Amino acid sequence: MSTPEQPDALWRNPEPKKSYDVVIVGGGGHGLATAHYLAKQGITNVAVLERGWLAGGNMARNTTLIRSNYLWDESAAIYEHALKLWEGLEEDLDYPILFSQRGVLNLAHTEQEVRDAVRRVEANRLNGIDAEWLRPDEVAKVCPIVNVSGDIRYPVHGATYQPRAGIAKHDYVAWGFARRADQAGIDLIQDCEVTDFVVDGDRVTGVRTSRGDIGAGTVALCAAGHTSVLLDRLGIRTPLQSHPLQALVSELLEPVHPTIVMSNKVHVYVSQAHKGELVMGAGVDSYNGYGQRGAFHVIERQMAAAVELFPAFARAHLLRSWAGIVDVTPDASPIVGTTPYENVLLNCGWGTGGFKVTPGLGQAFADTIAHGRVHPLLAPFSLDRFVTGALVDEHGAAGVAH
Amino acid sequence: MTRLDGHGRIDRSRTLRFVVDDVAYTGHPGDTLASALLAHGVHRLGTSVKLGRPRGIGAAWVEDPTGLVQIEEPFPEPMLLAATVELTDGLVARGVGGRGRLAQVPDTARHDRQHHHCDVLVVGAGPAGLAAARQAARAGEDVVLVDDRSEAGGTLTGTETIDGRGSRDWAADVVAELAASGTVLHLQRTTAFGHHDDGYVLALERRTSGASRQRVHRIRAARVVVATGAIERPIVFEDNDRPGVMLASAARDLLHRQGVRAGSEVVVFTSDDAAYATAADLHDAGARVTVVDVRPTPPAAGPCLERDIVVHGNAVVTGAEGEDHVTGAVLGDGRTLPCDLLLVSGGWNPTAHLFSHVRGALRYDPELGAFRPGEELPGTRVVGAANGVLDLAGGLRDAVGDAAPAVVEQPRTPTTVLWRVPGDPARQFVDLARDATVRDIERAVGAGMTSVEHVKRYTTIGTAHDQGRTSGVIASGITAELLGRPIEDLGTTTFRPPYVPVAFAALAGRERGDLYDPVRTTVLHDRHVAAGAVFEDVGQWKRARHYPRAGEDMAAAVLRECAAARTGVAIMDGSTLGKIDVQGADAGVLLDRLYTNLMSSLKVGRVRYGVMCGNDGMMIDDGTVLRLADDRFLVTTTTGNAAVVLEWMEEWLQTEWPDLAVHVTSVTDQWAVLPVVGPRSRDVIGAVFGDVDVSNDAFGFMTWQDTVLDGVPVRLARISFSGELAYEVHVDARYAPALWDRLLEAGRPFDITPYGTETMHVLRAEKGYPIVGQDTDGTVTPQDLGMSWVISKKKTDFVGKRSFARAENLNPQRKELVSLLPTDAATTLPEGSQIVEFRADGALPPPPVPMLGHVTSSYRSAALGRPFALALLKAGRSRVGEVVHVPVGDRLVAAEIAPTVLVDPEGARRDG
Amino acid sequence: MQLIPCPWCGPREQTEFHYGGQADVAYPDDPAALTDEQWAHFVFFRDNPKGPFAERWFHSAGCRTWFRAVRDTRTYAFLPGSSA
Repeated sequence: MSTPEQPDALWRNPEPKKSYDVVIVGGGGHGLATAHYLAKQGITNVAVLERGWLAGGNMARNTTLIRSNYLWDESAAIYEHALKLWEGLEEDLDYPILFSQRGVLNLAHTEQEVRDAVRRVEANRLNGIDAEWLRPDEVAKVCPIVNVSGDIRYPVHGATYQPRAGIAKHDYVAWGFARRADQAGIDLIQDCEVTDFVVDGDRVTGVRTSRGDIGAGTVALCAAGHTSVLLDRLGIRTPLQSHPLQALVSELLEPVHPTIVMSNKVHVYVSQAHKGELVMGAGVDSYNGYGQRGAFHVIERQMAAAVELFPAFARAHLLRSWAGIVDVTPDASPIVGTTPYENVLLNCGWGTGGFKVTPGLGQAFADTIAHGRVHPLLAPFSLDRFVTGALVDEHGAAGVAH
Repeated sequence: MTRLDGHGRIDRSRTLRFVVDDVAYTGHPGDTLASALLAHGVHRLGTSVKLGRPRGIGAAWVEDPTGLVQIEEPFPEPMLLAATVELTDGLVARGVGGRGRLAQVPDTARHDRQHHHCDVLVVGAGPAGLAAARQAARAGEDVVLVDDRSEAGGTLTGTETIDGRGSRDWAADVVAELAASGTVLHLQRTTAFGHHDDGYVLALERRTSGASRQRVHRIRAARVVVATGAIERPIVFEDNDRPGVMLASAARDLLHRQGVRAGSEVVVFTSDDAAYATAADLHDAGARVTVVDVRPTPPAAGPCLERDIVVHGNAVVTGAEGEDHVTGAVLGDGRTLPCDLLLVSGGWNPTAHLFSHVRGALRYDPELGAFRPGEELPGTRVVGAANGVLDLAGGLRDAVGDAAPAVVEQPRTPTTVLWRVPGDPARQFVDLARDATVRDIERAVGAGMTSVEHVKRYTTIGTAHDQGRTSGVIASGITAELLGRPIEDLGTTTFRPPYVPVAFAALAGRERGDLYDPVRTTVLHDRHVAAGAVFEDVGQWKRARHYPRAGEDMAAAVLRECAAARTGVAIMDGSTLGKIDVQGADAGVLLDRLYTNLMSSLKVGRVRYGVMCGNDGMMIDDGTVLRLADDRFLVTTTTGNAAVVLEWMEEWLQTEWPDLAVHVTSVTDQWAVLPVVGPRSRDVIGAVFGDVDVSNDAFGFMTWQDTVLDGVPVRLARISFSGELAYEVHVDARYAPALWDRLLEAGRPFDITPYGTETMHVLRAEKGYPIVGQDTDGTVTPQDLGMSWVISKKKTDFVGKRSFARAENLNPQRKELVSLLPTDAATTLPEGSQIVEFRADGALPPPPVPMLGHVTSSYRSAALGRPFALALLKAGRSRVGEVVHVPVGDRLVAAEIAPTVLVDPEGARRDG
Repeated sequence: MQLIPCPWCGPREQTEFHYGGQADVAYPDDPAALTDEQWAHFVFFRDNPKGPFAERWFHSAGCRTWFRAVRDTRTYAFLPGSSA
């Protein structure tokens, strides 16, 4: 299993124009996907402004899990929309993104986790999402290396299983979107940090950047962990908090892990990537941080959990660990929609869900920009919900990270 | 054999046997797997991951980008460098094809941890590190010295002279002095793999004795001295991945450490002086050596001249000949020099990883052709070759200043920085572990990539086991050339922990099985085990879930236990209940602010149920509150939330209301709680506590009384979580086993029955009492649970009150707690089931199907003689009497919506 | 794992502490007088600066003191003398 050849042409590196119909702030997965779907709607006078290198933030640092088995209708709808797009994305982008639908197991270790798991499976099924509840022996059939015996601290009582869940190669996804957007004439501008906004009343007429002022008809914020820094310039407050989220990989190994396994109680989240490395996500570090690094005790605890649940991993080696900056909200659901500035649209707060929603968000956000109204799949995620109390509380109910 | 007599520091008196790729070999203590193979003339190990090209041993330590093996015996371990595996008797390994394999059997080896605190941590016991450690020790500081190889001394071969002595003698003297100092912990075979904030360094020790195989040392140092040396950098040419192509320094290392001459016909391709020492030593060891030096003017004097070694100046090697092993070096002028060992040296990359881990900025040094520490960091100092000071004398001075020992050396001729020579880029390997070539970098740049991070990801350079130790800066250099930009603008990819791959098990340490998370048991645990209880995990606690008798499954046991509680008497261990002693003049004020209902009006001797919400108005806990005195309450919490509620109280007290005179203390472990439940509980309590008037008039519901039993204080409380007549018995935990036995004894005439958490859940559900965390999920208010009565109308404010007035809280479609009665009176609805509108056709419509709520609790009721459930249902209380459907598997189960209290709705049973 | 300066105990390992989020968010004097929006800002909305941030910490596995400290969210370093 070697990696596919990458194309000889990905993108131009254009100089920024004076102004664009749409300026997307943030050249990560969401910014690039939004650009691609804008182009599909015929909107191409668009710039994607990236402060560093394209897709170099969370897109480069995530653990690539794709699933849609969320509890609440609102979450399930947007993530399932995304999953359906993932299923056709390789064709749409004409790019080998290594999308592999190998299924995800969410393990339950206590009676309450079993109840929560069944609740989510039943909700998923009624929402048309593939989901099953598996007993421990069935878990072992899907993933023989999970320790389903009783001799661990928190024995496995069963698991939810979404067969259509999968992984993809994050860089290739980003480059696929970028190439398409570039081919459509959209300017992808790197090393271009937005430092401020040009405000005229309740409109933003342009952005100030490290490469000069750029005029904008519509400004779409796709800045993930750095959203608060931008919103501070506009005087908009949100409940966002930016935290380090760590991940790690092992060396390349022969196939040993056929699916994706997640556990909250014994915090493990692991898949085996195309080339053979084990890819793991650790827990969110407790404090706010923009440092793209976390504390190592979190990694050590992750290793303990991994070996506890997967005895076969004992002699795998930690090769590299890193961290992204996840922007989390009080209800573990995103914030997408309008702002007090009529031509500034917000997209943030995806926490650990940003990668898996990439095409779904890109499509729905582009549609929102194109039609000047919030796409119905995004409407439940307005900032206003924190005032009314209509939260979409994903961690309270399902307790599922990533 | 290429093992030389009179060379090396191995123990030739002992022979070790080992097998690689099914061939048996021998070696000696002091060998690495690589040196032992090379001693037999074996360079080849496995094949490359993508192109399937032969791979060989490329270096003598962690910098080797190839030379990977799969260990089979003594225990399977994937992807280790042969150069770093110490030879042991019976070792079995094989070369790999780019990927390793995990064991199919559990690893029984133990891995552990040790903590250290010191004034100075010195990483690296080469000359600079030894000098730094000695200086600190002489100053009386507590020193930890770690070094990753098996012996101290670093690259010192013994041919150098320090303070007038052979360098290895000097090193031995320093090691002896450190050992004698009494303030130095000196660990060899210990690799510092991560450097974190505030002088925190993690180091992995490969142990050769003791109970653990490997040990992670967690070292907290006031100062960290990084003396980790430098790694030689190759120059890229065609087919530079052939076995037999090695770093020049590796050949010298092998010669001096293990007495292994890695070839007999040697070409040394260099742009740096250090390779001349290698050439000279190999020559002296009997090899025929030719030097090809990039530089127009190679060093005029020096060892090669003295030895008549041919030096081709202003020349380059452009390619390697040979397939499975190098047979010749092709020079730029077209000539081929036959050879069986092609050594390469393009200068040195400082090993500044531990500096970079703590975000020390690296700066490109054009003379070194490498990145080196570019700033001062508080608490961290990088010295010697790791700091880019490559000569021995300079390195020692860099480490200890004027205290440096005297060294005489030849002056260095400047290195010529050369990333690659002309040739076919598709055959010029930059990262041998990933089969990534110059062509791959060209394609990445051609595709529009301008960042080293992009190039890395496009080409996969630097992502293998060595994390780009040798390839990283070369890739940056070539990328910079292709982009026509200075390398210093481009930078290099970030070094992140760990410095070397570390086994998961080593990082996990002993945190496995019962040590993965603390196991909490009550003082009665042994009693429950003896009674055959089945336990469940509740938080960290082990709680008895039920007590099956022979032949009983859980359902049968629970029906029996429930029947006992409703018709006779039953007893449980409620000791895991959280208990907080709240004392002080303002104790009542605090509780009034945190509970939704009024607590300050509670009279001494009485008990009140209370609910706590968060600021968002969602329920976070519930429990009973006993007023012990005017200024003292005993607050109970749910088992899982005991620590949360205590922290919650302390947070408010310390951060918002420091003016309140209140102290809160956890007494969870100090008090055992034994609920005695059922119509005959009065008989049992009366029998055991003869001096207590247990009549309803004297001892009413929701009151408590203190008594003394055999000199031991006991508190009794009329609290019922079942609707039955019940008493909670509170006693100092030390006396709980004896009291448990007394209660069982007194209850024998009534067939007193121990019951577990499952029966407790059934009994409370029959009465509609919710369990926080089961019937609530962080989105549920007290009103949703039908408990408006617990919300004070008198108090102007309490935590969460304001949120009750938000729009969503007033939504008539909020989910409310109800009970569900399956109309077939037979189906126990699975907990977690979703609820949909009744479907007259008995079939679900296509998705998405609107959901009305879900089943939170579901049981078979002994009292009702049927199954029932609790559920959160949209506008549930207004729909009592209606029938809904619950999908169960492929069926739709009809269930009638009912009020939550199903057993004894009049409350006639609680007073007995 | 960094050291956190507990004002009572001195520097201690990070694992001994619980994070308490932004400091100086006072409980409103009269919650009933607030609009829903003002109340939401108290309950949910917090600063999220990239740079110095005044935070609350709880020395949960130590002296059980809640304290305030200023930490730089870029470097994670506590500003000397800021904890009290």
